[in-house]
Amino acid sequence: MSVVGERPARVVGRALVRHDALEKVAGRTRYAADFGLPGMLHAVLKRADLPHARLLRVDTSAAEAVPGVASVLTAKDVPENTVWVDVPGQTFQVGALKARTNVLADGVVRYHGEPIAIVAAETEDAALASVELIDVEYEELPVVTDAEAALEEGAPLVHEQGNLIASWQLQEGNVDAALNATHAVVEQSYETQFVDHAYLEPEAGVAWLDTDGVITVRAATQVIEHFRDLARILRVPDNRVRVIAPYVGGGFGGKEDMTVEPYLALVVQRTGRPVKMVWSRSESLLAREKRHPMKLRYRTACDAEGRLLAQDIGIVADGGAYALLSALVLLYATTCSQGPYRCPNVRIDARVAYTNHTPASAMRGFGAMQVALGYEGQMDLLAAELGLDPLELRRRNFLEGGDTLAVGQTLDTHVALPDLADRVEAALGPKPEPSTRGRRVGRGVACNLQPYGRCVWLNDWSSAWVGFELDGTLVLRIGVPDIGGGQASSLVQLAGEVLGVDPAEVVIHIGDSALTPLTGTTTATRQLYMSGNAVLQAAGELREELRPLAAELLEAEPDDVEFAGGGARSGERHVAFRDLIAAAAKRQVPWHRLSIFRAPGGDAWRSEASWRGRVFPDFTYGCHAVDLEVDPETGRIDVLRYLAAHDVGRAINPQSVEGQIEGAVVMGLGYALSERVVYEDGVNLTGAFAQYLIPTAVEAPEIEPIVVESGEGVGPFSARGIGEPPVGAVAPAVAAALADALGRRLTVLPFTRERVAEA
Amino acid sequence: MMLELLLNGRRLREPVEPHVTLLRFLRDQAGASEVKYGCGEGVCGACTVFLDAVAVNACSVLAVQAEGARVETVSAFAGDGSLHPLQQELIERGAVQCGFCTPGVVLGSIEAVRLGLAGDRMTIRRSLAGNLCRCTGYGKIVEAVEAYRDGEGAA
Ligand code: FES
Ligand code: FES
Repeated sequence: MSVVGERPARVVGRALVRHDALEKVAGRTRYAADFGLPGMLHAVLKRADLPHARLLRVDTSAAEAVPGVASVLTAKDVPENTVWVDVPGQTFQVGALKARTNVLADGVVRYHGEPIAIVAAETEDAALASVELIDVEYEELPVVTDAEAALEEGAPLVHEQGNLIASWQLQEGNVDAALNATHAVVEQSYETQFVDHAYLEPEAGVAWLDTDGVITVRAATQVIEHFRDLARILRVPDNRVRVIAPYVGGGFGGKEDMTVEPYLALVVQRTGRPVKMVWSRSESLLAREKRHPMKLRYRTACDAEGRLLAQDIGIVADGGAYALLSALVLLYATTCSQGPYRCPNVRIDARVAYTNHTPASAMRGFGAMQVALGYEGQMDLLAAELGLDPLELRRRNFLEGGDTLAVGQTLDTHVALPDLADRVEAALGPKPEPSTRGRRVGRGVACNLQPYGRCVWLNDWSSAWVGFELDGTLVLRIGVPDIGGGQASSLVQLAGEVLGVDPAEVVIHIGDSALTPLTGTTTATRQLYMSGNAVLQAAGELREELRPLAAELLEAEPDDVEFAGGGARSGERHVAFRDLIAAAAKRQVPWHRLSIFRAPGGDAWRSEASWRGRVFPDFTYGCHAVDLEVDPETGRIDVLRYLAAHDVGRAINPQSVEGQIEGAVVMGLGYALSERVVYEDGVNLTGAFAQYLIPTAVEAPEIEPIVVESGEGVGPFSARGIGEPPVGAVAPAVAAALADALGRRLTVLPFTRERVAEA
Repeated sequence: MMLELLLNGRRLREPVEPHVTLLRFLRDQAGASEVKYGCGEGVCGACTVFLDAVAVNACSVLAVQAEGARVETVSAFAGDGSLHPLQQELIERGAVQCGFCTPGVVLGSIEAVRLGLAGDRMTIRRSLAGNLCRCTGYGKIVEAVEAYRDGEGAA
């Protein structure tokens, strides 16, 4: 289902060099922290030293007395200190609870590292010296460190309203009856951990009062539309705040909620001076939102042929100290928890609770990836129980187009899983032999599904401006923040395709909430789908608008005019855009176009009773396989081979698709094997990059991406999103390979050397 | 203290506080924003520069230790319109995503090839172990270094 129904011909599908790569490789790209203004202040945050405490006193007098300090702000100085986000689902079961966050801690701190005060000073040294002198008197409160315990009667409260943030419950068929009457039932719990995004660029930004009186914030963000939240915090009209997103040094969901923006905007409002804030790596590790840890409980039953009959699923997620996007993350987990498999009887009880940990929020995979450890683990256990090959068992259960998930969503595009499984199996070959005595080799496969595009209840839209300069240059104006995934360059490629212009000649202006048409967030694997469709629409409409004029200049029939080679042509005749646009300007034929793409909605979110049905625009599916070698003595793991197959509908830029798959798999390997933010009684102990082990080039294996193009997807030219999907299948594939090698299944992530050696 | 050094061929004379790192000096005082801050603890390699032709993490060196030295950043390898062959390979092989690690990766790889530390893929990977990248999964970076090394051998 392609929205515009065009067939790509010229530049879509080619591994074109990204337009932003040259500046980046030369070191000329100015990221958020690479920018400055004369007379700029430097701002630093005072953060909570304890995970849960009442603030008896916050004395800033000594801090203010430090020479060079321009202002010290606490909660009382923030015009609107509470940010409310109305997230669908938090009204279900929980009542009218909205996601509440404080800009600065007011009366109570709820997690280690929560911001209490902002210091702005002439120099960074002065700001750092001043912040040390803020005197905070705490009264310690009981610390909630476990999501399940948080939901028990009488548990200490993180927020007065109770510790339940959100809950999704559903029941399809009769699970109890099916569990009793089946051939095989397997039951197992799984546990995932707190994970950091660990983008290379720490959170940063610069803000100033522009000459038009608008508070302008240039920051590393995935969401320029936080300008509205900032306006609310400052209590000014929306149009008094502008957010500019430069190229971002990695996002992965961690720059989806606001980071430095509110603090910068507050200092500008208070002082009228430009200000810069750059978080240190340890601040980022300490207090930046994390991936939700989940406790998964699965009971899964199948018949003698291995066909799934029932799944009974419990999910308890740790949402940390503030709700943020927890309800949505849990919705993704709920929707995907049955895996890419048919199952007639499904019961899901999913809950997310407050604790005194760092707030958990968006991270690549967004709830849908955590549950893969559970549903794939169950498939392996059933395969073992029945003596079937794990991939064969999966083949007997794969979803097909037309099937309906337990949440009530019917799949209206092709599900390529059988093809993906065949491709992976064909590429695998025989299992390798161990390199030395005492080592063991294991092989694992895992499949997954991941939505792309935002939940349909949110009525998503994106807009794009496509037009020409009078010299014939094709220009795009589009608000998209580019976080490194090639978001902007794929749009350039799409516009070039439709209008017949070499993408290297196209100019794109991005990421400015005041000057570029808004495109929504660079999150949820939605930009290619949403903004890609918007660009396709705008460029297509512009082409049709110019066609009659081109026909006239070419003395041809409009239908015979083709847009190619940087202009329009018919037969041997060609008119360059320079001349076509000059003629258009003279004749007042419009030579630019602003279009909005509206995602087809589902039933709008209404209430508990009616939430079932379409939840997401579509899904991307994957099948991964891994061969690894384990030393059971030391727990050392070497990944020998890694295959990752995904159906991307159509690869707009095959090189970018491979890049997304390879990067996501390595991120998934870090999650599977080493990454973990460690807390002790709520205190975050992972304060240094040296303690947070992301894979280096040595741990990362060669990834072999297998890109399948089914020709079905809801993005431009039938593309499917690929930013998040490949991260999900990794941990379950590794778990399966370890079980194959060791004869014992690990169920608690990450599978560190110590845990493997103990297994 | 007065610090004198040669930055990408340009002579600099600047007062500097003794506790200031070379990274902070380069970014905040010398305008070399192409040198990135990623961790400040010598782990990520985003701040890699050549100090008298040896790759170092600028966050782990004090500015005063660079007194009289020749400091080169990635900018030394990208003049107007011209690129180092490794930079060209990185672009063509899609080894640049967010690009934040790239300045460090360029210098780290040039040194690895120069010192003959880029033999097979595993040795290339070992020589890149000090340059973290969260976006690419490293595969395309390794390919680019390999291609550059082969080009060098042929030249
Ligand atoms: S900033 Fe120097 S190694 Fe990370
Ligand atoms: S390209 Fe983003 S960290 Fe390497």
